Amino acid sequence: MKNMKRREFLGTGLTATTMAAVAGTGLLRSGMAFAGNVAGWPAKPFEEKKLAAAMTDSIGKTEIPVSSKVRLSAPSIAENGAAVPVTIEIDSPMNADDYVKTVWLFVDHNPTPLASQFNFTPGCGHAFIQQRIKMAKTDNVRVVARTSKGELMASAPRKVKVTIGGCGG
Amino acid sequence: MAAIGNPMIRMPGSAKKGEVIEVRSLIMHPMDTGLAKDKAGKIIPAHYIQTVTVTFNDRPLLDIDWSTAVSANPYLAFKMRAEESGTLKMVWKDNKNGVWSTGAKLSVS
Repeated sequence: MKNMKRREFLGTGLTATTMAAVAGTGLLRSGMAFAGNVAGWPAKPFEEKKLAAAMTDSIGKTEIPVSSKVRLSAPSIAENGAAVPVTIEIDSPMNADDYVKTVWLFVDHNPTPLASQFNFTPGCGHAFIQQRIKMAKTDNVRVVARTSKGELMASAPRKVKVTIGGCGG
Repeated sequence: MAAIGNPMIRMPGSAKKGEVIEVRSLIMHPMDTGLAKDKAGKIIPAHYIQTVTVTFNDRPLLDIDWSTAVSANPYLAFKMRAEESGTLKMVWKDNKNGVWSTGAKLSVS
């Protein structure tokens, strides 16, 4: 559903252009009318302040079986919580019949625990992501994946010791 | 004002059919959380990229939703199976109507 919305939105290039034009007239101050959320962005799970609520809103449950197919790499000690490199890899055939469809990345005690959501297609060939995230303090990072068949599987939580927090709070 | 935008993609220009290649990207963006304060003690409003959309030959490949927990100047790497020659396009959108896009060509043999 969400992806459909995003695609429809992308398809209507005119809408984006019109919005930009309206914003450009100065009639609407940025941060007001478009107080910002990008169409299709799932605000509710991203705004939850507790891990359980963020998981329930995004996945629908909080108890997910751990699978060795879901691998999460992160440094065991991060001097700077503002940029902690994480790598996510999930074993999957990644074909039209069986692929990793959605992956969620959580930091248990960040001010908002859901850090990212990735929506893959079979064309990715490999469910793989590398990026850098902020961590407020020493904490667990975890990943949950849902396959196209609806199977849910989680990584083991990965503890990262953070020396300087990275949320600027 | 800090630099913003300037999206970049690094990936092989050519690949064999069926090969899985790695795509690396970078964009300049403050990714402000809305929790930090400036020197005057005033809250810096949240300003961050919320979506990254990746297409190949205009077909959806990867859709990403980000939060304020993604580091400033976001680096992102992912994979793609090379099936046909064409253009990979990435679009980044933030919560203040910022939109940036760039592309890279792939030749498949």
